[in-house]
Amino acid sequence: MTYELALFDQKKMTIADKLRQFPWSIYFTICILACIGFAMLYSAANGSIDPYASRQMIRFAILSVGLLAIALFDLRFWLKYAYLFYFLALVLLIAVAVMGSTGGGAQRWLDLGVFQLQPSEIMKLATILALARFFHGASYEDVGRLRYLLPPIALIALPSFFIMRQPDLGTTLMLLAVSGAMMFLAGVRIWMFVAVIITVAAAVPIAWEFYMRDYQKDRVLTFLDPGNDPLGAGYHIIQSKIALGSGGIFGKGFMEGTQSHLNFLPEKQTDFIFTMLAEEFGLIGGIILLCLYTIIFIYGFYASYRCRNQFGRLVGLGITVNFFLYVFINIAMVIGLIPVVGVPLPLISFGGSAMLTVLAGFGLLFCVSIHREIRISRNMIGIDP
Amino acid sequence: MEEARDQSRFKIFTRRAMVLGGFKATLLTALLGRLYYLQVMKAEQYSNMADENRINLRLLPPPRGRIYDRNGEPIALNRKNYRVVVIPEQTSHTASKRSMALKQTLDKLGFILPISDRDRRRVMKQAKHNRSFVPITVKENLTWQQVSQIEVNSLDLPGVTIDVGLTRRYYNASVFAHSIGYVGKVSAAETNSSNDPLLELPDFRVGKGGVERKHELALRGKSGSSQVEVNAYGRIKRELSRVEGKRGADIFLTLDVVLQKYAMERIAAHRSAAAVVMDVHHGDVLAMASTPSFDPNHFVEGLSVAQWEKLRDNPHAPLTNKAVAGLYAPGSVFKMATALAALQKGIHPHAKIYCGGYMDVYDDRFHCWRRGGHGKLALRHALAQSCDVYFYDMALRVGIDYIAEVAAKLGLGVSLGMDLPNEASGVVPTKEWKLEKLGRPWRVGESLIAAIGQGYVLSTPLQLCTMLSRLVNGGKAVVPHVASKRFHDDGRAYDLPEAESLGLDDKHLRYIKQGMDMVMSHPKGTAHAHRIEDEDYEMGGKTGTAQVRTISKAERRRRVLKNEELPWKYRDHALFAGYAPTDRPRYTVSVIVEHGGSGSKVAAPIARDLLMATMKRDPLRQRNPENVARAMPTADDIEEKL
Repeated sequence: MTYELALFDQKKMTIADKLRQFPWSIYFTICILACIGFAMLYSAANGSIDPYASRQMIRFAILSVGLLAIALFDLRFWLKYAYLFYFLALVLLIAVAVMGSTGGGAQRWLDLGVFQLQPSEIMKLATILALARFFHGASYEDVGRLRYLLPPIALIALPSFFIMRQPDLGTTLMLLAVSGAMMFLAGVRIWMFVAVIITVAAAVPIAWEFYMRDYQKDRVLTFLDPGNDPLGAGYHIIQSKIALGSGGIFGKGFMEGTQSHLNFLPEKQTDFIFTMLAEEFGLIGGIILLCLYTIIFIYGFYASYRCRNQFGRLVGLGITVNFFLYVFINIAMVIGLIPVVGVPLPLISFGGSAMLTVLAGFGLLFCVSIHREIRISRNMIGIDP
Repeated sequence: MEEARDQSRFKIFTRRAMVLGGFKATLLTALLGRLYYLQVMKAEQYSNMADENRINLRLLPPPRGRIYDRNGEPIALNRKNYRVVVIPEQTSHTASKRSMALKQTLDKLGFILPISDRDRRRVMKQAKHNRSFVPITVKENLTWQQVSQIEVNSLDLPGVTIDVGLTRRYYNASVFAHSIGYVGKVSAAETNSSNDPLLELPDFRVGKGGVERKHELALRGKSGSSQVEVNAYGRIKRELSRVEGKRGADIFLTLDVVLQKYAMERIAAHRSAAAVVMDVHHGDVLAMASTPSFDPNHFVEGLSVAQWEKLRDNPHAPLTNKAVAGLYAPGSVFKMATALAALQKGIHPHAKIYCGGYMDVYDDRFHCWRRGGHGKLALRHALAQSCDVYFYDMALRVGIDYIAEVAAKLGLGVSLGMDLPNEASGVVPTKEWKLEKLGRPWRVGESLIAAIGQGYVLSTPLQLCTMLSRLVNGGKAVVPHVASKRFHDDGRAYDLPEAESLGLDDKHLRYIKQGMDMVMSHPKGTAHAHRIEDEDYEMGGKTGTAQVRTISKAERRRRVLKNEELPWKYRDHALFAGYAPTDRPRYTVSVIVEHGGSGSKVAAPIARDLLMATMKRDPLRQRNPENVARAMPTADDIEEKL
């Protein structure tokens, strides 16, 4: 009984209570995915723990602690400081634009000495928090008014502009998609979405003509007809499909992926790691991986649905949608369903920034789950713990 | 109120979350569908593409067959060719400094062996174009000293390695140049006419003349292959399978190094000449000389433009094998064909014809070479003294068409089917031939000219040698050859067929041989001065002096100019065809010296010396050909010797 009570009153919730509420089974699922990632990185380095797997393990260990910390903070803490985080992330993003080092032809990274930070990833989480906070205070009627939607649109537009400037089309689109999903969940009227879609459809040719970089155009054109330039821009997609297809149902076996190991497959440790997995473990391996991800998606929906406050629900689903988009965009890209946009496969691909975003996101999701019974009024009375 | 509002918000949230979830499920299904399509429905196709991607078939060129003379002396072998190659990748660890490092390496290498600016530029250019792990040849044909110096300094020469290839090397090169030929780069026409993938290898060489070309397929062997797995940059990771090729067949020639050298020496004094020595029963060509010659090794190493132009523009055609491709009027050597035709037409060998120094046919006067004439003579003396009028008479009796028929049996005017390329077939005219070629009817006077081997008649030294062999070997259609075996395209050897009988009358052959014997033995014989006096080695033969200009009536009235008084190119061709020993002949020889003057003075002594040398080389010194076993060494003996 005390346990039940503690759930309703955060003041009475001890660390032990929170740890008991922590969704260990989902964390375990995340660990399994990370381990699959380590194995693939070991394979990508041709049977060596260096340089990828070892560094990825250390990152995962450190960021898991961060995940736990984020989850154990009170949900109201995140609500209270949502705008502050948003502001800090924006400053960081602008800092990149000013003094960021150039990586892969685009200014995306902030060199922090030990590891490079990609502020656009942090920006996504900050935007999710800020939007959740805004819509937490909005009634259904409020949301129906167009004027009321101007602040959240500004919240989205500002970071989108800077990320686009880097230029990073993939992350921009993901940010827009997550924001759109959150507005949809918050009750923004359907006709508005229809209007936006029509506007975008009209704007695409204009953007193509005036704003898109040549390499972005190349990617889209290559996606539409990869055979057009088999050794140039279409090389990645063709080699990826060859590797995948040749894997068949059961795959070629661990470390036996000929296409990946003979370097026909580009960037196999990062964006194209799913291809290597599907080459070595076949359709079966791909399906198992998708099932593991689906468990997490379903959990995200479930946790959000159970949450008794709007902020938690919006954060929970925002994080879930973000995670889903990572998975979907990456896999759809390497199997030739959408253009190559440079999105990593979360928990598997080598890279610190994406892992940080994903695990911090899970921290917030678990935080929502732990604090699901807290009721927070719209005007946020008593959010100070 | 507040509670109710929150409730409506929650309901909308839940409803829309359901929609969102459904949307995601749809997207996930799309992923699964696509994976199924790629990995199940299209799996086979992509599997094939994957193999094509990574498996590379490399050809292993077989070592070319070696060529030996009849006694196992090497003529063409494959020599190890040490090349110095540089791998740009290994010159420096950092890609950006590679070009500098490569330059430094070349500088250091320049102290050991001279590297021309052209080579240097080529290496730098290739380094820019090729993948950095592809070896680039800096220089070929290194000396031992250079190789060892590079090996010793290898620590100072990063990226430099010594590579061993096989190159053709000819021994006694210029002596055998015409019969062996040489190897050279594959031409576009050769690539197109064959689908042997070996021809597409950049370093591959094919036979370009002589035996090298004729037996190209046997000498080439069969390529092996090595299936290797390569990565996306083309670097070999491992070998998957290997099929060893078959080395080219070794060829033993019938030529004899010693005789060949001697023959070349013997004709070397003349600007342009050719000689053939042949075994009358088997057709083995023991020597085949043609001068001027060239060094085939230069072709293997690569000829400079200047060298090539010099060879090509030399009026004495050093690149032509005059023994098989040089066409000359046979002159009096042809008279044996006319004589045989006459005998076969029933002319009695002892029937005498009067030679008054000329013969008039219609309005034309045909001269004998001897101004005063020979008086009355029969066949033997007509041959021995080479009386032209006798053969004019025979031509009128027999007719040109029949002479041509008999000449063809002896190998004149037809292709002999020798195992060398570019064999010329020559001409023995017929009435039909002239009408067809020149569009004019045959004139009787032309029969007379043809009967003494002038006019349209053209033959090669090899044909004359063959004709003589057929006349003295009992009328067997012996075919000359330089390789001791024939080869199927796959390199399997088979023996030459035995020579068939031509169906000639032995009596006729005996009369003609008597005539030819007397050319040497009879005091009046045209080559009596150059006979072999040793009874064991006695020879017979026939001189020929072929006119290359028309002697005008005015000149005849004054005095026919002597050869020495004429410019070189208007002098007569000197010919001689002979055999030895006179008792059961074993060898024949034919010699032509272009514009050499008189056959008896110039060609006969050479022929005599060659026959002498040949008989002395005969391993068994036995006159009976049936008992002569061929002492040919086996391939294994040779391997051990080397």
